[in-house]
Amino acid sequence: MCGIVGLFLKDKSLEPKLGAMLSEMLVSLSDRGPDSAGIAIYGAPSKNEAKITIQSAKPARDFPGLEAELAKAIGTPVTITVKSTHAVVRTMPAKIDEAREAIQTLRPDIRIMGAGDVVEIYKEVGLPEAVVDRFDVRKMTGTHGIGHTRMATESAVTTMGAHPFSTGADQCLVHNGSLSNHNNVRRELIREGMKFETENDTEVAAAYLSSQMAHGKNLGEALEGTLSDLDGFFTFVVGTKNGFGVVRDPIACKPAVMAETDQYVAFGSEYRALTKLPGIDNARVWEPEPATVYFWEH
Amino acid sequence: MPATKLSKAAQDHASRVFDLDVSSLRELNQALHNLAPGSNETAWEVLHPKGSHSVAVGVDQPVSIDVRGSVGYYCGGMNSGSTITVHGSAGPGVGENMMSGSITIKGDASQYAGATGKGGLLVIEGNASSRCGISMKGIDIVVHGNIGHMSAFMAQSGNLVVLGDAGDALGDSIYEARLFVRGKVDSLGADCIAKEMRPEHLELLQGLLDRAGVTGVKPSEFKRYGSARTLYNFNIDNADAY
Repeated sequence: MCGIVGLFLKDKSLEPKLGAMLSEMLVSLSDRGPDSAGIAIYGAPSKNEAKITIQSAKPARDFPGLEAELAKAIGTPVTITVKSTHAVVRTMPAKIDEAREAIQTLRPDIRIMGAGDVVEIYKEVGLPEAVVDRFDVRKMTGTHGIGHTRMATESAVTTMGAHPFSTGADQCLVHNGSLSNHNNVRRELIREGMKFETENDTEVAAAYLSSQMAHGKNLGEALEGTLSDLDGFFTFVVGTKNGFGVVRDPIACKPAVMAETDQYVAFGSEYRALTKLPGIDNARVWEPEPATVYFWEH
Repeated sequence: MPATKLSKAAQDHASRVFDLDVSSLRELNQALHNLAPGSNETAWEVLHPKGSHSVAVGVDQPVSIDVRGSVGYYCGGMNSGSTITVHGSAGPGVGENMMSGSITIKGDASQYAGATGKGGLLVIEGNASSRCGISMKGIDIVVHGNIGHMSAFMAQSGNLVVLGDAGDALGDSIYEARLFVRGKVDSLGADCIAKEMRPEHLELLQGLLDRAGVTGVKPSEFKRYGSARTLYNFNIDNADAY
């Protein structure tokens, strides 16, 4: 099973409610996957700072003092906002890669959840309700976001095995399904220089898209490539800095339903996820066609 | 119609109203299962289904059930004799394994509508998605709009009527079900072929259209598809394929 959701806002007045709306959507699909849950929120861009979301199994040990040590290591001011097992590191955009390396040196046990100008990613083992409460996701503001609740089928139930997977700046992906050629694709991407954190099939799909976009393709073109290069069952929902995309494999047995109004585009594994959205009774509701790429950009 | 407005039937004391914002799905389905033969509670109304799964599954009395809104998986599954109307859209597996009675979906239906159905009538007034009528075993399905790919896969008996178009691989590995499509068919599945429309088929189709409340459409506008019957017996010339 697994449940996936996505919400792309067109109406700026809804942005303060993005976290609350997306949380509600994800919690409504809790019984599609009790193992782990995660959410990625795309917030307001800032010229002066970019973000890295980090995670530690021992936050009380790893986070205190990191702000000062990291600032010293990269020679630039840094702010760190701790939320339970996760923390968001903010610094100058030009220093992001350096900060990422310094974090791994200073605190080798810290895991990088994702990085970019606007994205923050929170994911943990547990039910969606517990995960959104733990990270106070309901209060988050943003332009778009994606979420996932997992029923694990092919790799371990761990924080790192939770979705969304992020393999490029401001890029992340959630997946319902399972891929059968992920080992092959992973080997090819490793040869290209991509790095992998897990044995998970979905991470390969995320890395595949990152690689395609690094070669100059836009989100739509990259998603098109999944139809020929990835084998298996999938419904993918993908976020980029200013975009939101959906694609289903040609057999399309993993469920999907979408709704669009003047205010938003929303995705849910099933209709239950959409029922509390504003104006849903008058929304255009449809099932995305198999082997067809849908994407929206701000 | 907004889900909060009660129909005339609901205002009438003869009908029982279940608001799923207030009552649980279990209470609704248990009350339907508790109906004794000959019960006077013949009219039921379900409010705020909000995509709930398994609404009115396993009903075995000839009652009418109006569901005001969209439902999730398996609505009306195993229906035996009741008349269910969904005033909205339906999720995957609507009317799965229906035995008798009828189900009408005013909106669209998701994957595998009417799967394995043995009898009764399923009417989808919008479009149906992939695998509509998969493994159907006697059910009649009438879709006003289009149907998705792999519909009527391994269909055994019954009738599938489509006023619009059909997706890829229609009727793959079909047995003796009859498929009537008015629009275009993207492709036919293995062993499914177009067949001649004889007078008995026109008559059968007119009866199905009448039962489904379809007007202004003539049986002669449809093409009939069915089994070429070449997969019924093992052919030694195909041994290399195994």
